[in-house]
Amino acid sequence: MTVDARRRFDFSRIAVYLVLLLAACFFLLPLIAMVFTSLKTMPEITGGAGFEDATILSPPSVVSFEAWGLAWSSACIAVACEGLRSYFWNSILLVIFAVSISVALGAINGYVLSKWRFRGDNIIFGMLLFGCFIPFQIVLIPMARVLGILDLAGTLGGLVLVHVCYGIPFTTLFFRNFYVTIPDELISAGRMDGAGFWQIFMIILVPISWPIFVVAIIWQFTNVWNDFLFGASFAGPDTRPLMVALNNLVNTSTGTKAYNVDMAGAMIAALPTMLVYIVGGRYFLRGLTSGAVKG
Amino acid sequence: MAALSIDNVTKRFGTTEVLSDVSIGIDPGDFLVLVGPSGCGKSTLLNMIAGLTELSDGEIRLEKRRIDGLEPKERNIAMVFQSYALYPAMTVEKNIAFPLRMAGIDKAGQAAKVGEVAELLQIGHLLNRKPAALSGGQRQRVAMGRALVRDPKLFLFDEPLSNLDAKLRVDMRTEIKRLHQRLGTTIVYVTHDQVEAMTMATKIAVMEGGAVQQFGTPAEIYDHPANRFVATFMGSPAMNLLKGQVTGDMIDLGGTRLPIPPNAVGLSDGQKVELGLRPEWFGTEPGPDTVPMAGRLDLVEPTGPDLYAVIEAAGQILTARLPARADIGGPGEIDLHVDMLKAVVFDAETGKSLMAKD
Repeated sequence: MTVDARRRFDFSRIAVYLVLLLAACFFLLPLIAMVFTSLKTMPEITGGAGFEDATILSPPSVVSFEAWGLAWSSACIAVACEGLRSYFWNSILLVIFAVSISVALGAINGYVLSKWRFRGDNIIFGMLLFGCFIPFQIVLIPMARVLGILDLAGTLGGLVLVHVCYGIPFTTLFFRNFYVTIPDELISAGRMDGAGFWQIFMIILVPISWPIFVVAIIWQFTNVWNDFLFGASFAGPDTRPLMVALNNLVNTSTGTKAYNVDMAGAMIAALPTMLVYIVGGRYFLRGLTSGAVKG
Repeated sequence: MAALSIDNVTKRFGTTEVLSDVSIGIDPGDFLVLVGPSGCGKSTLLNMIAGLTELSDGEIRLEKRRIDGLEPKERNIAMVFQSYALYPAMTVEKNIAFPLRMAGIDKAGQAAKVGEVAELLQIGHLLNRKPAALSGGQRQRVAMGRALVRDPKLFLFDEPLSNLDAKLRVDMRTEIKRLHQRLGTTIVYVTHDQVEAMTMATKIAVMEGGAVQQFGTPAEIYDHPANRFVATFMGSPAMNLLKGQVTGDMIDLGGTRLPIPPNAVGLSDGQKVELGLRPEWFGTEPGPDTVPMAGRLDLVEPTGPDLYAVIEAAGQILTARLPARADIGGPGEIDLHVDMLKAVVFDAETGKSLMAKD
């Protein structure tokens, strides 16, 4: 009886893992194709002389990082042939400011909207939530006008502002929902003990908020890093983020298409997000599902 | 001089009045317990004393200084919360030192005070732990330590024992009472547990429906309840209330007649009343002030030290608390003797006590 039950149990387990494994392989295929292609030479990719049997999924016969070097520092984007390097740093700067400002403001918003209730707070929260549903395209022209008035058009600061505005609804939502689960008594205790608004936030709440900070940071990092539309619309020639530069690199219409350089460039653009997920992903789910902090 | 005086305090949320015209005054060193069922307004009142909830009307004074309207930190009041509300990211030491840190006291001063409190509460060995690594009783002590550390004029406790298991609750009850005796501090303590109220308080305010039903010493509350609610809420098993009618100098309980208790006042012939008899005023032997009362024993609940006898008398059900060794046999006729000197009479309609105030 028990043996039968266990055997059936094992069988279903194996089936589940088999399906999961197949799914994982399926999803990995594009990545494998990208990595392999970026490590090949052009003749091997195009199936030239000596490489008639090569396919997109066959491993490189000789591993070459030449394409990565080209993509990084000397591939031609528009008229300049300096690779993705400077745009990569643009994106890094953009992400650092846009993410830290939007997450910090979201944390403060969430704190106020959950722990310092005031008349009309739900209306404000509702309006912020509404911000999550505004499509990017609608705000392009008004935003361009606003940036013009603020004299921020074409600057990194302007792009940061756009991303902060778009990020705040999400980060506020995350933090507000997290702080709602923290007992109000903790705030009351802080007030009784003589702590003020900022002391309660900085000393009592922030140290227990790391799960939701991880969620907000990953969310914002991914969105800002992967953004193309805002970058293409609002950045100037010197402040273009990596995604816009990658598009320009890949879509260059003169000469032969250097697939290996394109793939290497795409990999360079994708690596930081992957890194963030690998480092923080463990906490991402935990943060999304974390409830009250007992203490 | 009154330590804490609450005068005509009212709280409204929108149009609902959750506290109406509450007035209580206590002396330095008093242990005031606010007791009542859920939603009676006791926690709201405590939060108003603490400064966490604003008053709609009335005044609160602490040692003559008016404190309603002040920020919590300006009131010199400390509070122990139901969930203890320890700061999860801080060690026990930092938790206890937190009020001192906020008051701008230097590290050496903090350490000295924390050491003192830790010794008093015997939590010295826990100082480097985080709250998550503590048991319920230990958290309770740390929460008390955090309240004690800055020598406030008044301590507030909001149902501090309700998260502990039964055994620990009794231990901590004793400990809080001992601490109170030793330090002589003034305390306001909220609970829904009438046993906690009786055992710890020097003054009790029984609350119900946003109003103080009775304010007095535990003995006054227990022996001379002001109304039917106080009579049945305080004491376990609850006071028996027998419906009857005044007939001459007797109360007719529907066949059975008992004399009107000597301290009853203002009874008129034919008035509908309820006679309040606590379970422990019944006995199987006659005493100096007892009157006999016949009944039918329905069932017996032995609790160890006592027997709770459920008895049908005068067409009504009552509970008598008898000694464990009382020889009452099984179900059937039983002769009871009830001490009428202590009996209380309530108006059947208003529920108010009809006893002389002594």
